[in-house]
Amino acid sequence: MAALPQGATASAWGGLARLLDTPRKRGFAIAVVLTAMVVAPFMLGPYATVILTNALLYVVLALGLNIVVGYAGLLDLGFAAFFAVGAYTVGITTLHFGLNFWLALPLAIFFAIIAGVIIGTPTLRLRSDYLAIVTLGFGEIVRISARNLRETGGASGLIGIDSPWILGWHIETPLDFYFVFCVLAILAVLASARLVNSRLGRAWLYVRHDEDAAEAMGIDRVKVKLAAYIVGAIYGAIAGAFFAANLGAISPESFSFQQSVLILMAVILGGMGKIPGVVLGAFIVILAPELLRDVGDLRLLIFAVGLLLIMLFRPSGIWPAGGRK
Amino acid sequence: MSLLELKGVSLSFAGSKVLQEVDFDVPAGAVVSLIGPNGAGKTSLFNCITGFYKPQRGSIKVDGVETMRMKPHQVTRLGIARTFQNVRLFREMSVLENVMSGMHCRTSAGVIEAILRLPAQRREEAAIHDYSVECLRFVGIEDGWHRDAGTLPYGWQRRVEIARALATQPKLLLLDEPAAGLTAGEKQDLIGLIGRIRDERGVAVLLIEHDTGLVMRISERISVLDHGVMIAEGTVKEIQTNPRVIEAYLGVEEGEAELAG
Repeated sequence: MAALPQGATASAWGGLARLLDTPRKRGFAIAVVLTAMVVAPFMLGPYATVILTNALLYVVLALGLNIVVGYAGLLDLGFAAFFAVGAYTVGITTLHFGLNFWLALPLAIFFAIIAGVIIGTPTLRLRSDYLAIVTLGFGEIVRISARNLRETGGASGLIGIDSPWILGWHIETPLDFYFVFCVLAILAVLASARLVNSRLGRAWLYVRHDEDAAEAMGIDRVKVKLAAYIVGAIYGAIAGAFFAANLGAISPESFSFQQSVLILMAVILGGMGKIPGVVLGAFIVILAPELLRDVGDLRLLIFAVGLLLIMLFRPSGIWPAGGRK
Repeated sequence: MSLLELKGVSLSFAGSKVLQEVDFDVPAGAVVSLIGPNGAGKTSLFNCITGFYKPQRGSIKVDGVETMRMKPHQVTRLGIARTFQNVRLFREMSVLENVMSGMHCRTSAGVIEAILRLPAQRREEAAIHDYSVECLRFVGIEDGWHRDAGTLPYGWQRRVEIARALATQPKLLLLDEPAAGLTAGEKQDLIGLIGRIRDERGVAVLLIEHDTGLVMRISERISVLDHGVMIAEGTVKEIQTNPRVIEAYLGVEEGEAELAG
């Protein structure tokens, strides 16, 4: 008998948990992935490195939204708002108040938690479709505020955000940031896996499956959903903070409704609630348009048709299900 | 003082009276049955006790604590667990995970503990696992813990639901028609299980059941609800000979057991 419950892990990893069922196979898979991550920028060149960095950013964002949508089952159409909160907190505090990036980061997390509570508290009693509308509105409020406030630099945004130092290393070049985002993506995967296989993570799944039964088992659904919101917000804010530091410039258009939809697409496409699926989804939404660049004007059309086909034939995402029998 | 004490509980939906001035007690460690014809308000009474419905008037006390304005999860934490009339397991989650849900209100680890896998969190996870396994064994499920709950045979699902309720460490367990859809053999097992829940775990059991034969065999006391009114309360013998009960309920089939309606 296994010492630890494996159910949540199995479903969170999709078919992967069955495929990699021994520590040796798992160790091998991890080694392959890590090697690929280290070697990729040198094999593929600087342009691809920037694209991969962007894909890794989306891995973090999509895993954050996955906690809200995939685990807790709450439809959020304004996730870019938390991304914006992280990015603007770092932008404003480093530019206007001369804060160090590493001091700005916890502040970004703090404000994301506040934002999560503000949007969550009044809305989490709503049914899913109403929640979608309210979160959509919230996303727009944040973007339009950023566009119109002096502190956020209006429509042109903020420029000249300093890139951070760590232990005497100036994180500066695109390659540096590529590795930073590699680390962030790994941490995001690790945290997601641990969360879903914990007391709180299971509670998200219970509430998603049957709110009444969960409540009858002594689970405070409002509190549990709020926790999902806050954790998702923190993912978004961390991604946003490093996004701002990477580009050195941010503008409201980075945090549009379209951005929220793209992140949501990454979650749904790969397979909600399944970590490898969400990672795959993030790579697809970033890489597919790039790979289709050669077909020129048709690429968005082809991309859209591809998405439709995937949703028609694999409505629960590309990644195969857990397959426990 | 009784474990559960209802006084003058009245519930109505859009003008129609579902429960009228219901007085009702469950002593600690007892097996009590609630019977009555369909639509008598039995499940509604369960929903009032567990906090899902809010009665307009009356008082509901658990161990002397007023629970009328509490949410269901708060009532559960106070020591009232339930099963549902039409089994409501988390079908796409494993049997073990289902039972583990009951431990949520008895444990405390949050986001940070989970992400960092702190020693306290690991101990707690192990405790959740062990207690859930113990509950599964108690109801007689020795294997198949990692199967999706929805794939189990119906009788097993009912037992998993009882294990899940027991995992909340209740003082009182509410069973809503636990024998419905069970085979004769499974009903026998259920009778044994209810007895063991009371004797070995010291948990009081309140059940709604249509199988009067089963009710007569295991109940210490029986309450009879008819059209939202509590028309009788007493021992098995008293209920069997109560003229109002015979008229309202038992009389329909000449006082015999197995009233399916």
